[in-house]
Amino acid sequence: MSMDYQPRTKDQLAARVAQDIFDGAVVNLGIGQPTLVANHLPTGVEVVLHSENGILGMGPAPAEGAEDYDLINAGKQPVTLLAGGAFFHHADSFAMMRGGHLDICVLGAFQVSATGDLANWSTGAPGAIPAVGGAMDLAIGAKQTWVMMDLLTKHKESKLVAQCSYPLTGLACVKRVYTDLATFACTPHGLQLIDAVEGLSREALERMVGLHIAPAIAPALAPALANLPTARETGSHE
Amino acid sequence: MINKIAPSVAEAMSGIQDGATILIGGFGTAGIPNELIEGLIEQGARDLTVVNNNAGNGDTGLAALLKAGRVRKIICSFPRQADSQVFDGLYRAGQLELELVPQGNLAERIRAAGAGIGAFFCPTGYGTELAGDRETREINGKHCVLEYPIHGDVALIKAEAGDRWGNLVYRQAARNFGPVMAMAAQRTIATVHDIVALGALDPEAIVTPGIFVNKIVQIDRVATQAGGFKKAA
Repeated sequence: MSMDYQPRTKDQLAARVAQDIFDGAVVNLGIGQPTLVANHLPTGVEVVLHSENGILGMGPAPAEGAEDYDLINAGKQPVTLLAGGAFFHHADSFAMMRGGHLDICVLGAFQVSATGDLANWSTGAPGAIPAVGGAMDLAIGAKQTWVMMDLLTKHKESKLVAQCSYPLTGLACVKRVYTDLATFACTPHGLQLIDAVEGLSREALERMVGLHIAPAIAPALAPALANLPTARETGSHE
Repeated sequence: MINKIAPSVAEAMSGIQDGATILIGGFGTAGIPNELIEGLIEQGARDLTVVNNNAGNGDTGLAALLKAGRVRKIICSFPRQADSQVFDGLYRAGQLELELVPQGNLAERIRAAGAGIGAFFCPTGYGTELAGDRETREINGKHCVLEYPIHGDVALIKAEAGDRWGNLVYRQAARNFGPVMAMAAQRTIATVHDIVALGALDPEAIVTPGIFVNKIVQIDRVATQAGGFKKAA
């Protein structure tokens, strides 16, 4: 198969997600790849980062030697607190998600269905020790849940699927999927293309994913549309 | 005169019964009441149900309690970690019952116990295997699962400073489960680094009012600076 396109690197993918985060948003970045998004927020965009262990206004990692192990993120790594930041207990922290106060959360995923079902907490492998953490609360609680992942597995199988085969984290909760090859919206009617890397057509993506992908509303305007901060919607996450 | 200050961990822990449900605060390296967990191991109560976000790290603290065979069941959100080998071994051997609870449900079920809530409906986990066979209901267009409170016989938490009425303040992200666990147990024991005179804590800033606290024990600051944990990667 000829490759006439370049997949987004992890940093390019993080930058693509960051591009859609609006000024003033309160955002939770999931453990792992999503934390990279913080490094790519456009200048002039002020974002309040939430960490589920009880921090708003979380700052970057401290300088070496300045770590304080009372000040850690949900991934248990030392962080800092920005001016204006606040601490609170766990029930309040999860009320921020569950009560619909958080604007955006960005999560990794094993699979996402075309209608936005999310599977990201367990592969269901026999004998595996289960662990869920805050994944289920985040997925259904934020006003917008975005997923950031590679489109294909190592075995070139699509992680966007008709129906998740891995255990579900939440139903119809994902609004957008940012991948190394393209950005998609999950809608009640299935996938819609938001943008793709240069040289990769919608038809080629459909073959890769094995699902119908509705064209972007106005293909020529897709990148511009993608920049539109749909997160400004303040309605419920549904 | 009210005096909740216990002279030692051993005295604060006395009388904990076999079969008790123990709420243990802490998340990662922050807010883990290691001295109280060690005290619980020495105290000797068995057949315990432990509620914590995790299921122990390394060989100390909660992991040591598990290793000592004192725990029958653990209720937590995230048992699997790089250094959770003690839990992993017991769980795989079928010697430890696990109730896996989404983290927000864990916090809210504990809070509900403290607030006298009979049960509540919540969308988290609907349609997933963690909803089990609990009752579901559609409320205002959202599918919700019935969740029951988690009551503790004892809560073991770590705070920063307290006074003889049991008022507590915390430090940074070490607050985590402390305030809700303090509410939810028959008996709450807190460690503090500083015991201060009544009136010294700013009443506007007290996080856990003393009504929720039964005993406070002063512990050395240095001993728990990094919680005895590995450094995060």
